[in-house]
Amino acid sequence: MDKPYALLAELTYACPLHCPYCSNPLALDDYRDELTTDEWQRVFAEAADLGVLQVHLSGGEPLQRHDIVDLVPCANKLGIYTNLITSGLGFSTRRAEQLRDAGLDHVQVSIQADERDLSDQIAGTASFERKHEVARLVKQLGWPLTLNVVLHRQNIDRIGAILDMAAVMEADRIELANTQYYGWAGRNRAELLPSRDQLERAETVVRAARGRLGDRMEIIYVIPDYYSQYPKPCMDGWARRQFTVVPNGEALPCPAAHELARGLRLPSTNVREHPLEWIWAESPLFKQFRGDEWMPDPCRSGDRREIDFGGCRCQAFALTGDAARTDPVCHLSPDHELVEAAVTAANDPTRPRDGVMIPRPNPGRTRSQIPLEVRR
Amino acid sequence: MPSTRPMARIDDSMRPRLARHVRMRFDAARGQYALLSPETVWVLNDTGVAIVELCDARHTIAEIQSELRSRYDQVADGDVRRFVADLVTKHGMEIDHG
Repeated sequence: MDKPYALLAELTYACPLHCPYCSNPLALDDYRDELTTDEWQRVFAEAADLGVLQVHLSGGEPLQRHDIVDLVPCANKLGIYTNLITSGLGFSTRRAEQLRDAGLDHVQVSIQADERDLSDQIAGTASFERKHEVARLVKQLGWPLTLNVVLHRQNIDRIGAILDMAAVMEADRIELANTQYYGWAGRNRAELLPSRDQLERAETVVRAARGRLGDRMEIIYVIPDYYSQYPKPCMDGWARRQFTVVPNGEALPCPAAHELARGLRLPSTNVREHPLEWIWAESPLFKQFRGDEWMPDPCRSGDRREIDFGGCRCQAFALTGDAARTDPVCHLSPDHELVEAAVTAANDPTRPRDGVMIPRPNPGRTRSQIPLEVRR
Repeated sequence: MPSTRPMARIDDSMRPRLARHVRMRFDAARGQYALLSPETVWVLNDTGVAIVELCDARHTIAEIQSELRSRYDQVADGDVRRFVADLVTKHGMEIDHG
């Protein structure tokens, strides 16, 4: 069994943004009993012992946890590489300086589009201007700037302008990741899934931009798996390289596995009840799809089982209700028509133009990690 | 769409250094050195560690190559250049221009 390299620490599901492409679970209220500062620090220490080298601090919006300035130095002292994945809201100058002094290694800032109105509309809140200020602050304080833009039907035609904006912002890296249909994004799929024409145009633009900007900006483009022949090598294999701990302490082999884990009715993998070492090595949930014993045909007999590991268990569960089936994205899957139907609908010339998307709500936080600040 | 980029062109007079967001540490759990960046972990062998330590924006590739030759038996022509080019291509190392 491999040791995990990376931990995705979802500190809270509170978030001031309302992006309809959010992959957080629909049952956001179930995760409000958040781990305390001490509990997270214990998780980091156990993770470092297990072999974890990188921690991605995410959410929700991780800066909603004011104790982030205590969590980063803890991970840093353990030698762990720390990566903050933020919307930028809550990244004040003071907080940013504290995080830099605490040894935060890297910051990734999300932005929703290249225009204020569209970006704010997707985010469901005025945030575009603030994100630009945050991007400048990140560079001023000496971090490289990584921008993350989730692509979907409503913004993918802007990809050229998005890349130009990133160049003006002097981004060092930009991740253009097509939406993955989990959680709220799954709910909003019909309005998010782009057409084949949109994707082809986007790929042409990305190719040209790599030629133009490639030596000063790393451009990462993640294709949408709905349009590929084979599934993505999800998580590089179940419980093989990385895992996630969600706000209430449940450990998951994949950041989208909340409902799948509950559906299997296996023993708890909450870090409040078990050491991480047991969860990683022994828990039935982590062992469930590790390796290739579990694989059905065509995965088991195919020559790609070491390439895509049978695809995404969470996608199989979300689309078929059975996590052990072949990822329906695969053209060899017996359930592939489920994906084909969504693709056909996305390319139907008679489909209505602008449907309604459900914004991802903000569950807020029940537990305050710091004493009330008294203002004078 | 393949995400491969053309290999970076590196010549022996260049003075490479680690990219700002990349750092090297000993990975005690696995007993090896690793280069860490937000999305990637590069596992290093002894020669790799020696090269990274010499990539300080002062040594040229040629100097690193000859330093390595003095320490190890099996260092082939172009080893350092290939190692650096691979990391520059993947944005793990940078060359300061100007």
